[in-house]
Amino acid sequence: MGERKLMKGNEAFAEAAIRAGCDAYFGYPITPQSEVMEYLAAQQPHLRTGMVLLQAESEVAAINMVYGAAGTGKRVMTSSSSPGISLKQEGISYLVGSQLPCLIMNVMRGGPGLGTIQPSQADYFQSTKGGGHGDYHMVVLAPASVQEMADFAELGFELAFKYRNPVLILADGIIGQMMEKVELAEQQPRTSKFDQSWVTTGKTPDRERNIITSVDLDPVKHEKFNLKLQEKYQKMREEEVRFENIACDDAEYIFIAFGCCSRICQKAVKLARAKGIKVGLLRPITLFPFPTIEIQRLIPQLKGILSVELSAGQMIEDIRLAVGDKVKVALHNRMGGMVPSPDDVVDALVKSFSIK
Amino acid sequence: MIMETNNKYQDIISAENLIYKRTSLLTDKPFSYCPGCGHGVVNKVIMEVVDEMGIQSETIGIAPVGCSVFAYDFMNIDMQQAAHGRAPALATGIKRCWPDKYVFTYQGDGDLAAIGTAETIHACNRGENIAVFFVNNGIYGMTGGQMAPTTLEGMRTSTSPYGRDISLMGNPLKITEMIAMLAGTYFVSRHSVHTPANVRKLKKAVRVAFENQKLKKGLSFIEIVSNCNSGWKMTPADANKWMEENMFPFYPLGDIKVDGKLVNKNS
Repeated sequence: MGERKLMKGNEAFAEAAIRAGCDAYFGYPITPQSEVMEYLAAQQPHLRTGMVLLQAESEVAAINMVYGAAGTGKRVMTSSSSPGISLKQEGISYLVGSQLPCLIMNVMRGGPGLGTIQPSQADYFQSTKGGGHGDYHMVVLAPASVQEMADFAELGFELAFKYRNPVLILADGIIGQMMEKVELAEQQPRTSKFDQSWVTTGKTPDRERNIITSVDLDPVKHEKFNLKLQEKYQKMREEEVRFENIACDDAEYIFIAFGCCSRICQKAVKLARAKGIKVGLLRPITLFPFPTIEIQRLIPQLKGILSVELSAGQMIEDIRLAVGDKVKVALHNRMGGMVPSPDDVVDALVKSFSIK
Repeated sequence: MIMETNNKYQDIISAENLIYKRTSLLTDKPFSYCPGCGHGVVNKVIMEVVDEMGIQSETIGIAPVGCSVFAYDFMNIDMQQAAHGRAPALATGIKRCWPDKYVFTYQGDGDLAAIGTAETIHACNRGENIAVFFVNNGIYGMTGGQMAPTTLEGMRTSTSPYGRDISLMGNPLKITEMIAMLAGTYFVSRHSVHTPANVRKLKKAVRVAFENQKLKKGLSFIEIVSNCNSGWKMTPADANKWMEENMFPFYPLGDIKVDGKLVNKNS
């Protein structure tokens, strides 16, 4: 059993990243995730594991430092919050286009614009449908506990290198800031087990030179490259769907919620069941790939689905794509940093589906 | 008579008399740069230095957005292609993870002095142990000759068709002089490649830039004032003459900072 600690989500992520053998972190301060870089700085990772830590001049510079280091085969990461993630989108598109692995965390806050520093899930579209320019996806992991903030650091690197594609951890202000018990994994070495044949570390006589690039002016070749990327995303859909079912076996209604909302819904399930309402919770852990088939399997038993989100209703579009008109889908949402209580969620369920 | 002359030259074309050749670190791909452009010479000079120092296996170059976006087609080394202006950030990421490798960026004036100003200034100020090669031709060549941050006052481009009007379009930026003021830069020098003598001077400076990396002295920044005969809409010869008469007075050639100290032009 690993070491147990009481930690903030942001700190647990930072500690777990060091232990996962992360080679470098490049970031820029922004609330509510500044603890990631602060924690790393206090740990002096260059002394602890040899990990590089650098505060960049902007989010734009940070993601491009990630690009450079990722192009040399290193396990590299950055983190930010919504406005900063918007600034990183150009770099993320280039990372995808150059097939570079890296780990990015977005601790979401309310928008649009500078918005608020309170929690939000309004970057769902940006995270799951691409984000920057061009056709692409990333595996999007949505932690719902401090434990998952820690666990997804290692998992994130693994998936990033499996697909040579950035992986996004989509957390929110609550998950980043709250403190919980966390069990930390053992320190992993910073050595790499994956294929290094493509990295740019200097052309040696035994191989052709390596080029990291996303440009190809030949449309025939570039379409082929795009099809190759799409195959990658199809493989993610087939192999990487992660989700959790709570009390869904006999459920007539389900909440679908991720991140902090899934924690609120866990309590709402208990409250509603105490009232005799057969409700369960389906929690997508990966937002891309979305657990479409897993939701479809529940269709025959369901009278209604309530999507609970801290946005104007973004994930609900993927739920509707999954179930079509076979199940009534309703939304309970708060925006701009407001969070619903479990009682609010139960009330919304009762009202939305006229449960007697 | 003509036949005799040809035979005379034929006799001296042999391997042992070869004193000038394409460096092995340039690929066989013909340059895509316009005839008369300075980029090809700068590419070649950098590759000659990498070759002569025997550091191909330890060198990573970064190609920008602009005319030299495909520099990796010509330079036979490992390279990364950066988003517009971001080459110094890539170089920082690489160099921090591989402090003993040689890392250089190769950027134009739009890339380095407009969209990438923040990345340029901060990489220089941190004193990253990298070399920055900055080709300044006062124009956006790749996109068809638009006004650049370094376009001279009165200079015509496709977005300043009546000449750069300072009151409307701002001043040309002497970014190299700014860079020299920063504590993190160790060597700052301005060159050209329009005559063989200037090419030789540039090559010496490029060598210094790579040697400084080996010694971890800080950042070396070399500007190459070059022509863009296509963008300037001149013949190559006229462009070089125009460059001497107009660019050099505003962007004077020579060392600006050596061994971490500003060069005093009055002494």
